[in-house]
Amino acid sequence: MTDQPLASTPASPPAGQPATPMAREIIARGSLLQDAKNVSVPLKAAGAVAGLVFLTVNAAIAYIVIDGRLDGEWYDFRDLGNAMARLRAELDDTSAGPWLSYWVTGLIGGVGILSFLGGFLLIGSWIERRMLARFQIRVGPDRVGPFGLLQPLADALKLMQKEVLTPIGADKALFLLPPVLVFIPAMLAWGPMPWAPNMSYLDINVGLLYVISITSLSVLAIWMAGWSSNNHYALLGAMRTVAMMVSYEIPISLSLIVVVLLTGSLNLGEIVAWQGEHNVWLGALLPFAMFTFFFSSTAEINRTPNDIAEAESEIVAGFHTEYSGMKAGLFLAVELGNALLVGALLATFFLGGYTAFGLEEWIPPYLILAAKAGFGYFLFIWLRGTLPRFKIDQLMNFAWKYLIPLSIANVLIVAVEASIAARWDVEGIFIYGSFAIVNLALTVFAVRAWAKVIGYTPDLEHPVGPRFASKIGGLEAAREIQGGT
Amino acid sequence: MESTGVVVAFYVLSGLTILSALSVFLMRNMVHSLVFLVSVFLGMAGLFVTLSADFIAVAQILIYAGAISVLLVFAVMLTPLASRDNANSLYVGPGVILGGAIAAIVVFTAIDVEWNQLTGVALEERGFVSTIEMIGEQLLGRYVLAFEVASVLLLFALLGAIVLVTNRDEDDETADGDADEAATTGVAEDTV
Amino acid sequence: MTVDLSHYLAVSGIVFGIGVMVALSKRNVIAVLMGVELMLNASNLAFLAFSRFSGAFQEGTEPLAGHTFVVFVLTVAAAEAAVALAMAVLIYRKRETVDLDRISVLRW
Repeated sequence: MTDQPLASTPASPPAGQPATPMAREIIARGSLLQDAKNVSVPLKAAGAVAGLVFLTVNAAIAYIVIDGRLDGEWYDFRDLGNAMARLRAELDDTSAGPWLSYWVTGLIGGVGILSFLGGFLLIGSWIERRMLARFQIRVGPDRVGPFGLLQPLADALKLMQKEVLTPIGADKALFLLPPVLVFIPAMLAWGPMPWAPNMSYLDINVGLLYVISITSLSVLAIWMAGWSSNNHYALLGAMRTVAMMVSYEIPISLSLIVVVLLTGSLNLGEIVAWQGEHNVWLGALLPFAMFTFFFSSTAEINRTPNDIAEAESEIVAGFHTEYSGMKAGLFLAVELGNALLVGALLATFFLGGYTAFGLEEWIPPYLILAAKAGFGYFLFIWLRGTLPRFKIDQLMNFAWKYLIPLSIANVLIVAVEASIAARWDVEGIFIYGSFAIVNLALTVFAVRAWAKVIGYTPDLEHPVGPRFASKIGGLEAAREIQGGT
Repeated sequence: MESTGVVVAFYVLSGLTILSALSVFLMRNMVHSLVFLVSVFLGMAGLFVTLSADFIAVAQILIYAGAISVLLVFAVMLTPLASRDNANSLYVGPGVILGGAIAAIVVFTAIDVEWNQLTGVALEERGFVSTIEMIGEQLLGRYVLAFEVASVLLLFALLGAIVLVTNRDEDDETADGDADEAATTGVAEDTV
Repeated sequence: MTVDLSHYLAVSGIVFGIGVMVALSKRNVIAVLMGVELMLNASNLAFLAFSRFSGAFQEGTEPLAGHTFVVFVLTVAAAEAAVALAMAVLIYRKRETVDLDRISVLRW
């Protein structure tokens, strides 16, 4: 009504300074670069030493891979396992004894695994997002670098410079532990993985059981994360996740027992060697076990269709709701690393590991295993892009009433088959060929019969194509079909 | 066992185990106590590895740290506001004295008695590469009756735990039933 | 500096004693169960130590009887923990508490 100016104008800040208090605070806090410069000197020294050691050992590995001359012999890069065995034997002969050989080869192997995983973490996120986008007919990240390749790096930098908050009522010690505790099993489970005939970091005779038990340690870390957050949704997500992970450990164990029955050993290297020796992949012989392992692993690593843990549209972020900054970054990194781990385990147990019907003479076996692990990871991304999420009761029903009884029946059948194979003296191809056919037939039959018994019938008609309203008579016809008038 | 690695590992692991066990006793918050109990289990698994018991170490991690700890977690979660306190009862004095006495007697006996044990070369010769085949042969050979009875025991424990916790007159048993079903999976894992 | 049977038995005894302490002097049912688990773990350690070190068995007569027994102890401990914790939850439902001093109905 009046166009007179206001009686008093608010005091404007001096020229050149930002207007709002928040903007001033942001400027006063400084940038990530300044924070990095302010790190204390001993910490910088320790970081520099660790970085130098890491780079040196990586350079040593690269040297051995590309042009290794130990003791005058030529080791080509297909034969890394024997190169390491040779190095170890040499170091054993020196005066320091087995101590030095264990430490050096252990360091090299550990840094090798860390580098492989770190490299995968840099590119895996990009692969996943681009592929999911492809499934959903969109583009995915393509701004940050050429084709968006620097997106994971940008994500990591973003997470590093975020403020790390601890919620008020949270238990401080228990809040700090879970990101570390969930990372440890993800690293440790890579130990027994056989990359080549002589090349597994932890060549233990109970490797399979070790992998199962180490992955069961991450259950506790997730529960701790949920409980110590002082947040209803986090606790709910954590309890659901714990129930799901504990339930799905049983089908995993049962399907791996079937593998042990046929190969006769819990040593992962021997399982892969069995597949190479008999020229058959265990996935062909044991289709139900492969499917069970694959599906239950999505539950173990909290991926869609079993990701009620994080359920990005349901309970904010589940057990890691309250985590910000690099702590959340660790959870996300672990999820990615676990997906590759389970892909590699699938490859080792059911897809032949580093063997490829004799191809491993020419191509380095570790590259074959990496390719198969990547294929397994692709299967997980495919499942994530395609299937909707299961509800918690659907999940638990599926595990307890469906997978576990069928897995136990599978153990019985394969036990009979394994004892037949141990007693008959027929050619391998006849026995295992007949096993494959019998197992596949029994799988299809049992799955359908059991589903009918417990009432899992698909009750939707699958539409053959899109139906336009004008084709069936327009809106009135649609309303009539739906039951109204 | 004289090699430096084993000695260092033994002292570190047993220190970790004993300190964690003491913390189970001393912590006032039940959840902290639980976390230290898990640490005891892991330390024990490490000690089993130094004793060349590879299968038992891995089974210990799987069963104790992976399943029984989750059972305890569920029990703490299903009894809210009542079980978060790890207070000492009236008999804390006699309890500590008795526990200390038992520990002292066993330690004294362990150190003082001349055990008929193998040392040095004989110990190295007795070492085993992998225990799992031999344990399997024993379980299905000489001790097969005990093995079958143990599996029946596990079945009874599984059924018993479920029957105990199921609400028969109410309909909303999903939360407790599911949780306890999930909690008894650690038991069911042993049957296979 | 060697490590032999007496060291392992000493560790086992200490953990057993701590387990007795926890089982006898805690007010919470779940804490008592934790003490029982500590005791069972200590006895497992003793079994395995004897199985490794003992010279009482002739070579090949009793291979790994200690390990087999430990498998059974693990089994029974898991079964017992499941049933005991189910009972603890049931007690909580009836009496709203898991305090052992308050749920003592059988007096003297």
